[in-house]
Amino acid sequence: MLEIFSIALIFATIRSATPLIFAALGGMFSERSGVINIALEGLMLAGAFTAAVTTYELYELQTKLDLPPSIAPFAPSIAAFGGLIAGVIAGAVLAFVYAIACIKFEADQVVAGFGINILMLGLPALLSSKLYDSAGSTQQIKKAYLLPDLLGINVASFLAFLLVPICWYVLYKTPFGLRLRAVGENPAAADAAGVGVLKLRYTAVVLSGVLAAAGGAYLSIGQSSLFTRGMTAGRGFIALAALILAKWRPIQVLLACLFFGFTEALTIPLSNYRLASGETIPVQFVQIIPYVLTIIVLAGFVGLSRAPKALGVPYRKEK
Amino acid sequence: MKILREILSPLVAVIAAFVVGGIIVALIGDNPFATFGLLVGNSFGSLRDVGYMLFYATPLIFTGLAVAVAFRCGLLNIGAEGQLYVAAFATAWVGIKFGGTIVNVFGKEENWSWMSLPAILLVPLCILTAIVAGGIWGAIPGILKAKFGSHEVINTIMLNFIAIALVSYFTQYYYKVPGDAILQTAPIGEAAHIPRISQFIPGMPDFVPLSVAFLLAILMCVLVYIFLWKTKWGYELRAVGENASAAEYGGISPKKQIIIAMTISGGLAGMVAVGEVLGNRYLYYHDFSGEVGFLGIAVALLGRNHPLGVFIAALFFAILLRGGIFVDAFTEYVSKDLVEVLQAVVILFVASLQRLSKK
Repeated sequence: MLEIFSIALIFATIRSATPLIFAALGGMFSERSGVINIALEGLMLAGAFTAAVTTYELYELQTKLDLPPSIAPFAPSIAAFGGLIAGVIAGAVLAFVYAIACIKFEADQVVAGFGINILMLGLPALLSSKLYDSAGSTQQIKKAYLLPDLLGINVASFLAFLLVPICWYVLYKTPFGLRLRAVGENPAAADAAGVGVLKLRYTAVVLSGVLAAAGGAYLSIGQSSLFTRGMTAGRGFIALAALILAKWRPIQVLLACLFFGFTEALTIPLSNYRLASGETIPVQFVQIIPYVLTIIVLAGFVGLSRAPKALGVPYRKEK
Repeated sequence: MKILREILSPLVAVIAAFVVGGIIVALIGDNPFATFGLLVGNSFGSLRDVGYMLFYATPLIFTGLAVAVAFRCGLLNIGAEGQLYVAAFATAWVGIKFGGTIVNVFGKEENWSWMSLPAILLVPLCILTAIVAGGIWGAIPGILKAKFGSHEVINTIMLNFIAIALVSYFTQYYYKVPGDAILQTAPIGEAAHIPRISQFIPGMPDFVPLSVAFLLAILMCVLVYIFLWKTKWGYELRAVGENASAAEYGGISPKKQIIIAMTISGGLAGMVAVGEVLGNRYLYYHDFSGEVGFLGIAVALLGRNHPLGVFIAALFFAILLRGGIFVDAFTEYVSKDLVEVLQAVVILFVASLQRLSKK
């Protein structure tokens, strides 16, 4: 059994945790401001799809153009980071739509979030069948054009880990963070103190779209090399569970995401592991490990964690 | 006036969906009017068209009711998909084990069943299995919410993945006919088959898989209505959905109602298995659902969580599902995924208009 634990497992844990860290930090901003973010899954998909399409199209464009030798070495990076930026923009736009529904129209946030998720199952499939004549997946991208690795770790993973202290600083040490937390706990008091509650919530939700989409982009142009339908496979929800487990705090978010990343990483050595009988463990049992653990962890820890007080409650100014 | 207010927001949502969808279709490069003509115009031309449309509507009525009952208790059941997977497999299992299934394994006959029950026992047993299996899978997130307070949306999503994986495991390793390239079980016994509507309506072709499960769906609409509005249990369930703390103050246990609502919801979702396993393919086929569990959420929202509304909304989405096949085949670029986009826009608009329609 010990051969399962290896250096490779550590690297796999980092890889699996990366999209979760992005999404959970995104969810943290939204939920700390009082807006539930069930839409993380859809926001990730928006980032993943847009990034895959943009990177591939930039690659295509570059092969058609005759690039001068001074630019040519940077061409793959331009494609990869161009994809990441485009994905992030798509996430921000979609999150803004979600914010309008939740904040302006006071929609049921869980229902609207689910709508965003469904939209991001259908829309990429619709567009990819037009672009590439394939419902659900985009063209394969060459390895050189993906987000690059440094020392065996993807740049997006470095970015995710770097974001944790940054988000901590923003949340606890800046006026923006203070106002954000106030709005999520007691919007009326924050309003009375002169904080623009709705504007702050819009900012927080859009920020969550940016971060979740970056996590999605990592999936399509970092971890794998194309977009496939529903490729997030519940990661947006696992990120939410991590957020709850972390009690909506950034450092703990990192630890929770590493835990869930570890459970996903375990699936690789476990699916190759041979039982005493010489058989492998059926892939279906290995696949469900992260999902089962998510349920168990939620059941065990949710009672200990306290959500932001105004979470899920639309705010309307007293007249 | 009350009815007008009730149907106003669904109507606006549908119109909005077609406007947004039309813009997307035009941007993609097809004619929106021609596309929508294909989408809505292929469900009424003949008995065959109507039969297929009602066949698509049947599972949507079940999942729509399932989601609506949970909604009435203030819960969003995104787990109908997993519940109907578990139910469909369990139903096929009973249909094999008690239906006298004999399987041809590489030329050798093997008896896979324990006994051969007559139709009069086997069909009710199979239907009961569908309800109980779906109900159990629905009860799990209900219990988790009631006991630990963990959110049903996350748990039902996780349980969907778990259900689909487990059912695929049992199918692949134990109930697939060896040599079969498709992930599906052995066929259920013939005694478990339920009649198709084509037997009663002259002119309806035999191959239209519309079965008496559709009548069961109508019956469930009536029963859910009676349960929710004419019984004490339904009143208590709705009271929790309206205001859980007020209900608790009034002596109703929200925890108990949450478990009851999720169990009923799962049972209703499980009934999808009746039409699929007993009336359509006569076996468990692993990719059967086409995400009708998720579509049930749009059906319930558009139907304003009322059985009559659910019925109408299910017909609406059934028309789109049938039309989607024609859109796939006869437009240049647009695929049937358009239906999912329309579904999403409907959900977003119904959710956004909720507050306006309450005033």
